[in-house]
Amino acid sequence: MNHAERIRDILDLFGPGPGQDQLLPVLHALQDQLGYVPPESVDLIAQAVNLSRAEVHGVVTFYHFFRTTPPARCTVQICRAESCQSMGSDALLAHAEARLGCGLHSHSLDGAFALEPVYCLGQCATSPTIMINNAVHARVTPARFDALLASATEAI
Amino acid sequence: MTVRIYIPGDSAALALGAHDVARAIAGEAAQRGIDVEIVRNGTRGLLYLEPLVEVETPAGRIGFGPVDVSDVKALFDAGFYAGGCSHPLAHGMVEQIPYLARQTRLTFARSGITDPLSLADYEAHGGYRGLRNAIGMTPAEIVATVTASGLRGRGGAAFPTGIKWNTVLRAPGPEKYIVCNADEGDSGTFADRIVMESDPFVLVEGMTIAGMAVGATRGFIYVRSEYPHSIDALNHAIGIARLRGYLGANVLGSGRTFELEVRKGAGAYICGEETALLESIEGKRGVVRAKPPLPALAGLFGRPTVINNVLSLAAVPLILDQGAQFYQDFGMGRSRGTLPVQLAGNIKNGGLIELAFGVTLREILYDFGGGSASGRPIKAVQVGGPLGAYLPEAQWDTPLDYEAFASLWAVLGHGGIVVHDDRADMAKLARYAMEFCAIESCGKCTPCRIGATRGVEVIDKIREGSDRPRQVILLRSLCDTMLNGSLCAMGGMTPYPVLSALNHFPQDFGQVAGNERAA
Repeated sequence: MNHAERIRDILDLFGPGPGQDQLLPVLHALQDQLGYVPPESVDLIAQAVNLSRAEVHGVVTFYHFFRTTPPARCTVQICRAESCQSMGSDALLAHAEARLGCGLHSHSLDGAFALEPVYCLGQCATSPTIMINNAVHARVTPARFDALLASATEAI
Repeated sequence: MTVRIYIPGDSAALALGAHDVARAIAGEAAQRGIDVEIVRNGTRGLLYLEPLVEVETPAGRIGFGPVDVSDVKALFDAGFYAGGCSHPLAHGMVEQIPYLARQTRLTFARSGITDPLSLADYEAHGGYRGLRNAIGMTPAEIVATVTASGLRGRGGAAFPTGIKWNTVLRAPGPEKYIVCNADEGDSGTFADRIVMESDPFVLVEGMTIAGMAVGATRGFIYVRSEYPHSIDALNHAIGIARLRGYLGANVLGSGRTFELEVRKGAGAYICGEETALLESIEGKRGVVRAKPPLPALAGLFGRPTVINNVLSLAAVPLILDQGAQFYQDFGMGRSRGTLPVQLAGNIKNGGLIELAFGVTLREILYDFGGGSASGRPIKAVQVGGPLGAYLPEAQWDTPLDYEAFASLWAVLGHGGIVVHDDRADMAKLARYAMEFCAIESCGKCTPCRIGATRGVEVIDKIREGSDRPRQVILLRSLCDTMLNGSLCAMGGMTPYPVLSALNHFPQDFGQVAGNERAA
């Protein structure tokens, strides 16, 4: 099945003529299924929810959560908010950058890992916190980071 | 005899390996031929002890924590499953752990005790009594009860909940909505998450009562995408409630309709601002609306809308169950009831502390928190999230009360407290506040959109020491513009952490101490 067909199939799940309030649920469904919101989907979404392409593009790009390029096989998010800062997340980030060989908002050399910031995962009493794909990990020391990274590497 | 063992299944415990611990305990028990029933409860909020494993005994539940997979064999050797307390991780009766025993659990009365998705458990612990009472009352009576309880919005603005509901009740309109703001984006806060993951039915019940009170038939819970576990828990709870007649076309045979739906955010902090949140549910960019009109009159899809924080709505079932006076009897001054304090950051014993208003910050930091996690002196605490002020030690005897904090030019907000030890660089944290505002600004108003970026630049110059005195004047002027010229609290309150850091910790900005200026 090509990309456009998969996108159409996902849009079909929302029935005929979904309202504008279905736009975020549509974008979530696309990202859940495809890993990202492909730029070529904007036109199809716009037709489905009866909006202009500019309006759909505006929504996709407003929200940090939606990505318009395929994700790395493994996304590592490090919390940058105050609570995690107070427990050494700056040092943890530096450690992660050295381990992955890349900075925030970029991919590791082999392309397998993406390193992203996140602003609070709601685990502030057990900082510092990171998320690897969809799993949250708390009280993360550099040694624990290495162990988590090793099992993530094994899994991909 | 079967031994019942409780192992939390909320995201905090999972982030610390609770699934692996549960598997290890089940495996070890099987190997030793011990018959155990494992219940995945919610959290007690004693997060410093998570994963907190509890063993049921005739005398009560005995706690062990924090338990790592590597501790499991030794726990069995020590006979923990029979209530043996010889293992160093044993804490005795959970209810008697001082951290918990000294709290006043109203909103969080069930948290950690029950299986979050067991409706039978919920009902056995007082659940749905409030809704049953509400069904026998007129809408005006429900609103009057909430007003009389003194409940104020727990999201941060502390607006009286009953007054907001009354506006919606009296607003004409064929359709009204209940919206729950569960976009808990403030660093240092997690009480909403605990409600959703550890006692989701209380939020469902609170919203249903709100619907009865104002004549709304539909509700939305807007949950941030960073909380996938909360979203799952709520969707399950809503499904169960619908199946059992607590939601739907004829709630408990009352003839009244109430439907509930979870909407997932998408990583925009600004969507915690109520009008941006409404825009987001409508499928738009999360851009703040100008007020008026108030959402109570023209909110979601232009209709009268109650929009409340999770904690405000979760307080309602108890008020309808026990009566307004019961709730009103807790607290101080105009701050009635309890405040779920969230103690976080560099603190030894972090967790959820629900107390009547009036306790001091120092009691929270030392009597509950046990001082910093690092063992170093505490330097500053930020109360009320990224838009809250930093408080130096001289202000730690302030009681937790909305008005007392306002008089210090600080905010209580959602009750989040983030602790920093003496290694914190307050100028760096002030820069972060501006940087965060620049990243998360919706872009609608200039003071916030441009001001935050200029703020980062000015603080960089101050930190580099270039033209410092003039840059400090510029920073104060910029903060004045943001405070008074921004459309919402994002730009309007970012100056709180910035100026409080500058005023209370001038040495970190290369300023001479003692030369403080009032904001």
